[in-house]
Amino acid sequence: MANDPMQQFEIKKIFDLPKIAGQDISFTNSSLWMVLAALGVVVFFALTAKGKLIPGRMQSLGEMSHEFIANMLKDTTGPEAIKFFPYIFGIFFFILFANLFGMNPYAFTSTSHLAVSASLALFTIGLVVVAGIWKNGFKWFKIFAPAGLPLPMYILIIPIEIISFLSRPVTLAVRLFANMTAGHVMLKIFAIFIAFLMGSGGWKIFAAIGPIIGTAAIVALEFLVAGLQAFVFAILTCVYLNDVYHVDH
Amino acid sequence: MAAEKSYDDATKAADAASGGMPQFAIETWSGQIFWLFLSFGVMYFILSRFILPKIGQGLTDRGDRIADDLDEASRMQQQATQAEADYERALADAKAKAHNISETTRKSIDEELTAEAEASEDLFARKQAEADARIRKIKTAALGKIDDVAADTVGEIIAKIGGMKASAASVKSAISRVKG
Repeated sequence: MANDPMQQFEIKKIFDLPKIAGQDISFTNSSLWMVLAALGVVVFFALTAKGKLIPGRMQSLGEMSHEFIANMLKDTTGPEAIKFFPYIFGIFFFILFANLFGMNPYAFTSTSHLAVSASLALFTIGLVVVAGIWKNGFKWFKIFAPAGLPLPMYILIIPIEIISFLSRPVTLAVRLFANMTAGHVMLKIFAIFIAFLMGSGGWKIFAAIGPIIGTAAIVALEFLVAGLQAFVFAILTCVYLNDVYHVDH
Repeated sequence: MAAEKSYDDATKAADAASGGMPQFAIETWSGQIFWLFLSFGVMYFILSRFILPKIGQGLTDRGDRIADDLDEASRMQQQATQAEADYERALADAKAKAHNISETTRKSIDEELTAEAEASEDLFARKQAEADARIRKIKTAALGKIDDVAADTVGEIIAKIGGMKASAASVKSAISRVKG
């Protein structure tokens, strides 16, 4: 264990793969934990999808998750957005599983990387733009010009709306990546501090109780953040999908 | 995982250049994005094709079944209400019939009694009339005989007292004069 709290985010090759279009796509620790998160979601929900009339515990969990995401989508976006249900479901549980798997010691938190959170954010916003134009044609661009304002106001409103729209993927990406990184850095710093105090000998060994309690508290907080960030990402996706269906807002 | 080789030396150099944050080592991005889209894509495909429809189907089936059961229950309740209404009507009919029968019986008995009473009264009146007529006849007959007896008695009294014979006709006329 090095004394560098950023070392845990280092990407390490597990095995090499031939380059595609000049890009290195080797299987790394990040790839491993993303594949495990995806596999975890698939295995977990495959176990819950039994389709019995009277559900067991696993099936209840699957159905609760299904209804939770479906209700979130219906309440935030509307019943017509049900086409996006698998996407929201996938986003929520992929991020949740990646975050939770990352809480294990020695595990890698793939969502703490900007490349991953930015890809998810850009794909989500791209989906909103493509679906919006697909459904409304070029009338979709009316979301930048809310109806019923005096004409001079549009000079001010349209740039604001465009900036606020463009900042959505940025905030989505940075929120997830920064939360996960900051949490893990904080955990690492406390852990390093424990090791430092224990290694110093003398009365300082007893002082290590402070950072131990701190670490325990932060672990609990990080579990909350893991769930919360997945939820925030999913519900914001639902909110942004509003723009596909409600152009005249 | 100290045994694992670091990404490569270029990465390390880039890390140093990006202030030690591996997140900003741009040459690792393509690999991360590739594996993200691969793993998320496969997961999305399996979820949307196989798993979520099955979970959703289970939920819909249960909802349908519950709705069916509720329909069945309300149908049965309707039947029960119908049966109760039928029973009430039957009971009301029976009561009305019973009332009708008792009324009819009472009326027929009344009529019979009235008829009997009228018949008795008729009979009584006829008997009385007959008796009256007989009494009148007897009385008339008796009254008619009283004159004869009186004339006889007067004739006898005259013969005894006066020693003379008076004819029945004269005595009679004398009596009728006295009476008159």
